[in-house]
Amino acid sequence: MSLADTATMRTRIEETGLLWGLVGLVAVLSLLPIGRLVVEGFAPGGQLSTTALGKVLTSPATWTATANSLVTAIAGTVLAVLIGGTVALIATLTDIRARNAFTFCFVLPLMIAPQVTALAWLQLFGPSSTVLKLIGLAPPLGSRNPLYSREGIILLLGIQYAPLVFLTLRAGLRALPKELIEAGLAAGAGPLTVLRTVVLPLMTPPLVAGIALCFVSCLGNFGIPAFLGIPGNFLVLPTLIYQRLAGLGPGVLSEVAILSLLIGAIAMAGILLQDFMMRRRDFRITTTSSAARPFELGRWRALIETLLWTFAVLVLALPFLGLLTTSLIPAFGVPLNAATATFANYAYVLLEHAASKRAFVNSFLMSAGAALAIVLICVPLGYFLVWRKSRTLRLLNLAAELPYAMPGVVLAIAAILLFLRPVYGISIYNTVWIIVFAYLARFLVLGLRPVVSGYLQIDRTLEEAAQIAGAGLPRRLATIIFPLVAPAAVAGALLIFLTAFNELTVSALLWSSGAETLGVVVFSFEQGGDSTYASALATITVLVTVALMASTNLFAQRLPQGVLPWRD
Amino acid sequence: MARLTIDRAQKRFGSFIALDDVSLDVEHGEFLAVLGPSGCGKTTLLRQIAGFDKLDGGSIRIGDRLVSSAETHIPPEHRKLGIVFQSYALWPHMTVAENVAYGLTVAGVRDPERARRVAAALDLVGLNGFAERRPGMLSGGQRQRVALARCLVTEPSLVLLDEPLANLDVHLRASMEDEFARFHERTGTTMVYITHDQAEAMALADRIAVMDRGRLLQLATPSMLYREPANAIVAGFIGEGMVLPAAVLSAPQAGRCRVSVLGVEAVVRCRPDQAVTDRAKLCLRARDIGIVAGGHGGLSAAVERLSYQGGHFRLEARPAANDDVVLHLDAAEPAPAQAGEAIHIAIHDGWVIPEHGRPDEAA
Repeated sequence: MSLADTATMRTRIEETGLLWGLVGLVAVLSLLPIGRLVVEGFAPGGQLSTTALGKVLTSPATWTATANSLVTAIAGTVLAVLIGGTVALIATLTDIRARNAFTFCFVLPLMIAPQVTALAWLQLFGPSSTVLKLIGLAPPLGSRNPLYSREGIILLLGIQYAPLVFLTLRAGLRALPKELIEAGLAAGAGPLTVLRTVVLPLMTPPLVAGIALCFVSCLGNFGIPAFLGIPGNFLVLPTLIYQRLAGLGPGVLSEVAILSLLIGAIAMAGILLQDFMMRRRDFRITTTSSAARPFELGRWRALIETLLWTFAVLVLALPFLGLLTTSLIPAFGVPLNAATATFANYAYVLLEHAASKRAFVNSFLMSAGAALAIVLICVPLGYFLVWRKSRTLRLLNLAAELPYAMPGVVLAIAAILLFLRPVYGISIYNTVWIIVFAYLARFLVLGLRPVVSGYLQIDRTLEEAAQIAGAGLPRRLATIIFPLVAPAAVAGALLIFLTAFNELTVSALLWSSGAETLGVVVFSFEQGGDSTYASALATITVLVTVALMASTNLFAQRLPQGVLPWRD
Repeated sequence: MARLTIDRAQKRFGSFIALDDVSLDVEHGEFLAVLGPSGCGKTTLLRQIAGFDKLDGGSIRIGDRLVSSAETHIPPEHRKLGIVFQSYALWPHMTVAENVAYGLTVAGVRDPERARRVAAALDLVGLNGFAERRPGMLSGGQRQRVALARCLVTEPSLVLLDEPLANLDVHLRASMEDEFARFHERTGTTMVYITHDQAEAMALADRIAVMDRGRLLQLATPSMLYREPANAIVAGFIGEGMVLPAAVLSAPQAGRCRVSVLGVEAVVRCRPDQAVTDRAKLCLRARDIGIVAGGHGGLSAAVERLSYQGGHFRLEARPAANDDVVLHLDAAEPAPAQAGEAIHIAIHDGWVIPEHGRPDEAA
């Protein structure tokens, strides 16, 4: 073999090795857990049996929870579409001022953990509300907090996920060529007619996509129904699974596996329905051009701006105020004033409470570690997906979406099934590593999306030039490709970090003593009646989240548009 | 030994044939231009030579080394050639010096040897003061020069240039053209230059390969291409040739024969083996025909349009003998006729397009 042939051979081995390594990794992270779950559903313990299936399907609790899940998810989605859709239309198509600041505030609830949102709203209402006491409007003691109800859950789901609809619709509106709007105006139609006859019909795809995303998110949400539903025994599927598993232990794994398959099936049905609706009509937009000139609101502008900001204050500032005030009182129910205000709760959760201190370290390390690892996977993965157009990986790309599209409990149950018994003599059950695995599987796609859009914006000849200069793939990845996609990768890492840092759905089922996360500790404080500690801890996570989000302004100029949801 | 040999290269994208049996040889030290309209397959050809795509049939050799065939594929990083990309493809996160040094670093060349060669390459393209700048801070022409320096610093035996002047303004183009020509003279590197601009190709290349729809139409020196196009497409593409049906009336004598075209007879150039036929095609250029002074003889035609070209007029005229044809010819100021007027045109010269022109003819 000549020297050149040896070199060619080495190149081929390097590239094939990397590709199949990635294929294997993505398969382990996405296909394996879901596959394991399906097997458990129909063949518990490795033997085909329908006993567990029959037991779950005949239990009235299953169908009550399913009905509750459907009702809250659908109603929550409707609310989110109404709020998010209206705001997206106003904020994208009209000439309101301070758009960037408003976008940041409006998208913020999406980045804040659902359980924190739930906690904050709980502190705002109810007889012990510190805020209401401050202004003397607290309901009489003994009355029930109105949020402990189906309607409360629907309201908070709608507020939490309105930004999702806002974001997808805004992306669609931005891609709408201005000629289409101008042609309508030139034909003599007024702005509202153009909106009704041109803009909204063309916005069907992003709207439907937003609805599907929102529905799946509402369906899989754990934090809100856990905080608002469990006290009133209003159970949805994720909280039912949690209660079963927490109450009876891994013995009921087959049953909860079936329950999580059920919720997975409902989520899939939502996604397939979206797919079906999109196929029925042609929504393709043929031209691309700059975004439309905003409609001038004229004398209505001040009024509409006031309404938008009032809404932002209502859903953002007030609940946070509730959280903040509760975190500053010595005991739940004590009114807040200059004499009672204290930082003792902060000192307790930061310095004294062992599990809470551990949770800071755990959540920080696991989120940062998952973000870093996922970026390291996604950069070569995106390379093969976008530039090499690897067919195997294109299929796996869909698979990578699965753990994120599925409700978090589904993945958590799958992870338990995978790791309950030691794998190759190593047991990661009841350690932080099972949570890390679940984070990697679930958030892979969060890192992949920005990286893929980063690749799409980079001229590939930059890589080809390095190839011609004689650089092999590993060297090209390190010296050329990685620096070029770095801004997008950093954005992805940040998204992963923030999501994992605030996450509860997965860790609620996977945590163990010594492996607590912040979400879990907030949840247990609240369940144990320690709302003041829960509020202090939640306040800290909100501050960390907002600070990190704001820090992205430093490198926002170098990012592809639309990578960070809170950037206009 | 840097001859590039392409033998019956085939490339398909689905059912679309991007390269259809393309064969060509590039001599050592030659400057070859590949010319054709967009979509003709010239970029596909470049990507095959570079190794970015795999060949479906045929073979490509660089020197004696087989680099591409249906079975063999040496990846681009092992082909030891240089490319100047249309977009320049300078790495924005590196300085000019780091861009130029990259190929040397990869090849294991270390300082001070590396620094010396980078400095020499920058010197060669007249950018020695720019080593620490970022590409983003350079003008289009300067970026082009950095790309050239980066490509030449490793002294590749074959350099591919992919429409390197397409992104520059007309002004800069002329000066870069000179620079490429000087460069080729000084280094003696074999160069393959992809372009859609025939003036550029004519000015720079030793030989030009004309491509259309994946096929090589003709490979010849610029003057041969202009004077003796091998087929009707080349005749029409190069120098705005007019292709007219004609009859060859006499056997060639001293490279010329008598033809009948548009109802008149003329003596034009042809191949020494041109047969007598009444189904020939004649290539005429604007400078081959002119208005007959005095208004008698030649073929009569009606002026359709005339446009001022600066110093002379370009006339479009429709001959009385054939309504489907438009002739264009140049006439000095003042305008010899107005639109709608009749003129008489004489044919001074022309070229009988060989009936079955082989692409690699002449040269």
